[in-house]
Amino acid sequence: MAIPKVCGIETEYGIQAVNLPESNPIAASSILVNAYVAQAQKKVGWDFEDESPGRDARGFAREGAMPPEIETNLANAVLTNGARFYVDHAHPELSTPECATARELVLWDKAGERILALAMAAASRVLGPDQEIVVYKNNSDGKGNSYGCHENYLMDRSVPFSRIVQQVTPHFVTRQIYTGAGKVGAETIGPQGARGPVTFQISQRADFFEEPVGLETTLKRPIVNTRDEPHADPRRYRRLHVIVGDANLAEVATFLKVGTTALVLSMVEDDFFAKSDLSIALPVRAIHQVSRDLSLEEPIEMADGGTMTAVDVQWEMLALARKYAQSRGMDCVGGADAGEELLERWEAVLEGLEGDREDLARSLDWVAKYRVIDAYRERHGLDWADRKLAALDLTYHDVRPARSLFSRLDMERLTTDDEVALAVTEPPGSTRAYFRGRCLQRWASSVAAANWDSLVFDLGSDPLRRIPMMDPLKGTAAHVATLFDECETPAELLARLGA
Amino acid sequence: MAQREVKKRTAPARDKQAEEEAPPQSAKGEKLKAELDELLDEIDEVLEDNAEEFVRNYVQKGGE
Repeated sequence: MAIPKVCGIETEYGIQAVNLPESNPIAASSILVNAYVAQAQKKVGWDFEDESPGRDARGFAREGAMPPEIETNLANAVLTNGARFYVDHAHPELSTPECATARELVLWDKAGERILALAMAAASRVLGPDQEIVVYKNNSDGKGNSYGCHENYLMDRSVPFSRIVQQVTPHFVTRQIYTGAGKVGAETIGPQGARGPVTFQISQRADFFEEPVGLETTLKRPIVNTRDEPHADPRRYRRLHVIVGDANLAEVATFLKVGTTALVLSMVEDDFFAKSDLSIALPVRAIHQVSRDLSLEEPIEMADGGTMTAVDVQWEMLALARKYAQSRGMDCVGGADAGEELLERWEAVLEGLEGDREDLARSLDWVAKYRVIDAYRERHGLDWADRKLAALDLTYHDVRPARSLFSRLDMERLTTDDEVALAVTEPPGSTRAYFRGRCLQRWASSVAAANWDSLVFDLGSDPLRRIPMMDPLKGTAAHVATLFDECETPAELLARLGA
Repeated sequence: MAQREVKKRTAPARDKQAEEEAPPQSAKGEKLKAELDELLDEIDEVLEDNAEEFVRNYVQKGGE
């Protein structure tokens, strides 16, 4: 039986320092993180002991082959909602707490945006009157530089990695038709061998994928990333690190991105695709092709010699998912009701993509963005290369509510403002993030360091005490809420846990 | 090899001819169009004063 698909999203935000002449993006990112932390809570350091981003899921490690990915001197904080907010390379990055369902993850992803908005406001208070640090939730600067929005899914270690690669690739190539965040123009040579003319494409990220499978994340990016760093018991679990997605602002798009992928991975785990091979002949070529085909009607060459459109592949996936739901149930994605909502929304979006796209203009990023930019272009008689359209594209992703084009579009919500505000400081109750977040809410001054799979307490006189959290499904509200109610001090908590 | 048969759950793909002969926009369509026009009127408020410079200055280092 497929295990529950615990999931999370790491978003690297684009950053622009306005009127900070001596600044660089690393310094600006640090200002943001530190300003937020200073006004929100005591800073708790990150514990790097279990980090091993160079480990490869195919079974080999590349020690020394890659520069260290983690710069330990940079601003880095664990928040009371269980998230991590830090500087990664030259970007502020927010990793959500682990969530149990797609709906939960939509909420904590939105809380992440809110945290960035609060960080910008906090930074403004320490900067000069004409200075500002602005962040964008997108994946490209339009000049060939990309930064990621990575998803993570908990998987059963016993599933052969080669099966995951084979069976999830068709989903990663085609899901962009509803997860794409849209982009004016192109940044690489496309599948036809010529640079243009690409007016608008579905995905921000598709241009940057060059390999079907691999360990890299910063060059020669692979559709399936092999980073094997489970942040959990490695004998039982794998964390599938998905780098192929766009950062979404539309809640429905995030919901579908996470929900369909969690379900497809559960089906892979239960070997449900064994008799339904949807392998694509040339996945890298196809991912570029699908992103540039706004008609959604171009056939993709399949490995068996036939052809299908991206929408066809998604209909097939959905039909199989319905069969899976009937025969195996939907506990892996949060139960029957959550599963039914997912299947219904999945079907509705495919119908919309084949029918009147206008119906999706309030649910999908790329459809919403294209509709506005194309209308603006027509009204002013602009060429697609006009910089005003590229500016409009960027403005869509501006995280400042007053400046964001996205926030003016009255997009469909799956959350409320009150829920998002609460999720800025409260962890989800459904995973170990609850334990992490509650410890930081109650006893931040006693927490010396935190990681995804451990907390280290400093109680003063004793040696540091490390509490392992190797199971993402333990330490939930159901497990430990009462324990927190009963403990007055961290020493009591540690004693009760036998740590 | 023959095109793969795909069972669709919806009506057949859009008919180009039928699209051209589509009836006049419904009331819902008119409302959406009016909203879009209003939004386009507002866009100059959010669009940076100097789009050229704004786009040129937006340069990011790679990440991940």
